[in-house]
Amino acid sequence: MEAYAYARPTTLDEAVSLLAAHANEGRRTQLLAGGTDVLVQMRSVDREPRTLVDVKHIADTNRLDIDSDPVFIGSAIPSAILNENEELKSLFPGLIEAADLIGSTQIQGRATIGGNLCNSSPAGDTIPAIIAAGGVCVIAGSGGTRRVACEDFLTGVGTNVLEADELLVGLEFPRPKGRTADGYLRFIPRTEMDIAVAGAGVALSLDDGGTCTAARVAIGAVAPTALLVPAAADALIGTKVDDEALAAAGAACTAAASPISDKRGTIEYRNKVVAVLCRRAGANARDRALAR
Amino acid sequence: MSKVHVVTSVNGEPREMLCEPQQSLLEVLRDELGMTGTKEGCATGDCGACSVMIDGRLVCSCLMLGVEAEGVDITTIEGIAEGSTLHPVQRKFLEHAALQCGICTPGFIVATKALLDRNPDPDERTIRYWLAGNLCRCTGYDKIVRAVQDAAAELAHEA
Repeated sequence: MEAYAYARPTTLDEAVSLLAAHANEGRRTQLLAGGTDVLVQMRSVDREPRTLVDVKHIADTNRLDIDSDPVFIGSAIPSAILNENEELKSLFPGLIEAADLIGSTQIQGRATIGGNLCNSSPAGDTIPAIIAAGGVCVIAGSGGTRRVACEDFLTGVGTNVLEADELLVGLEFPRPKGRTADGYLRFIPRTEMDIAVAGAGVALSLDDGGTCTAARVAIGAVAPTALLVPAAADALIGTKVDDEALAAAGAACTAAASPISDKRGTIEYRNKVVAVLCRRAGANARDRALAR
Repeated sequence: MSKVHVVTSVNGEPREMLCEPQQSLLEVLRDELGMTGTKEGCATGDCGACSVMIDGRLVCSCLMLGVEAEGVDITTIEGIAEGSTLHPVQRKFLEHAALQCGICTPGFIVATKALLDRNPDPDERTIRYWLAGNLCRCTGYDKIVRAVQDAAAELAHEA
């Protein structure tokens, strides 16, 4: 059996060449960012030795462009750095509240939102928030760079569109303009540090009269992947995001959900709670947008 | 299995170590460097017993590879006291009896030091949230929180 190995590329070209060479030889690689999922999996569900490719020493994956459009968040930046950034919190309150929900102080010192996305858990908290905020995955590979909308990145439980010779460089977000804001909420049975039973992210834009002109709604932990729910957004656009519109958006989330029953919640419970979370996250996003 | 040569700094001292690629920093600290102050609780990042600081940032050493420590500054529980003089955080944990079995204590002390380094005057809520990644099955946490508050007060008085 092949032994574990560790590689620390310092450029995207070097990383991609290394991934491609391993793939050509039929050798397995494992992208390593914060490692808070990877290391646990290495000791439990996936013990097969492979070459760990540490993406944290590449300038592009550490790039944080807050003043630009699109805003860019490199895939190797730990969430503690994002959570401490007041400007980022002000631009994307929903995305940062999602990042801040994941794990303890210690976990946030290592974990990245890029890693949360690439781990592709149905319950990953930042994923609905990234989708709602319009996140686009910037992917480097042998064929060059490609961009994939976050909602198209995920292909199933723990799977995504990354090829063996590709890595996630970071996420681009359209810069919120005017009265635009987002919100994310998840439900867990305790105050913090648990896995979402259901989650919902809402980003919306209001005109000067408070009418919603654009919206994106995404749900998590209620389907094999986090989902964009266009019908929920349609229920908000053209309204004042009042209780009636929010209830319609919540109903659209329930309709889009296809949850499983497990120890954290039943199908019926998740279907109900995802609508509640959509309503409340939508109201938060609305109030934040009105305050801008 | 080819070991990787890693040059790092532990509590201000340059250290070299040979790491297997999949070895956690916790294993390297304990088994290669013989620094057994850092404890293994769960080895899945849930309990915080293995907390260390990497370049001043609190992390679980079970969720970091030894090979990832190349070029960083590691602070472990062994680096908190000054020689035989306990750090005020350590002393306050003793005075408040903020420990019983002691397995979680090194992690709590490193985590508390990391908190007070960046926020010298945390309120109780901040303390409880910051330390939420450190589990203690003995004390019920209240004594720990009192010790942290008292340490913060003493450090503020010294400053």
